[in-house]
Amino acid sequence: MSEATGGIDLDEDVSGVIKKFMFVNRKAPYGTIYALEALEVVLISAAFDQDVSLAFLDDGVYQLVKGQHTKGIDVKNFSPTYRALEGYDIEKLYVERESLEARGLSEDQLIVPVEVMSGEELAARMEEQDVVIGF
Amino acid sequence: MLHIVNKSPYEKNALASCLAHATKGSAVLLIEDGVYAVAQGGKAEPELRQAMGRVAVYALSPDLEARGMKDKVIDGVKLVDYGGFVDLVAEHRTNQSWL
Repeated sequence: MSEATGGIDLDEDVSGVIKKFMFVNRKAPYGTIYALEALEVVLISAAFDQDVSLAFLDDGVYQLVKGQHTKGIDVKNFSPTYRALEGYDIEKLYVERESLEARGLSEDQLIVPVEVMSGEELAARMEEQDVVIGF
Repeated sequence: MLHIVNKSPYEKNALASCLAHATKGSAVLLIEDGVYAVAQGGKAEPELRQAMGRVAVYALSPDLEARGMKDKVIDGVKLVDYGGFVDLVAEHRTNQSWL
């Protein structure tokens, strides 16, 4: 232990620890900052080589709707970022079927390939995680 | 009276409460996440259709476009831009935001 490192033992090898992280997205884009902030954290976690998955339910499914054009509200359109996640080895995108159906949406209206599943299946995926972070 | 709703109908009951208090001849303008209410096949469609016999329903077009929802709007909803928003405020003696 060293005082210079605030009591953190830097000799301990933690580089190989990979945890299962799930980011749970429940907010529509643009109305609040949650969706954009979640993306920021997802990209950071990918930089640490973690096992990352994203869940979209409730109004969170609106984040993935195709054809977003934000010029008129003078806000950055971050929806293309979901397509870039694949490049960071983030390929586990889960969408709750009930949330899509309640909003009159279907899988073909989404901007990225996803795995559509029931709320029950999604709950089981949540249980498998080491860390679950909600937005 | 012009009623303005900016919350998603799935997150808050602002629209339902607004419609319950909007009298005949008033106008309801949906902005920001409120525009999700005018989507076809959504939760708010039945209550909006019913309300349209009594009140005029408007939605802010730039907010629909931003959210990819412009081609999913139910019939009878009038789309306005920011200029139209200003006109609506000017045309009505009072307005109320249902936050």
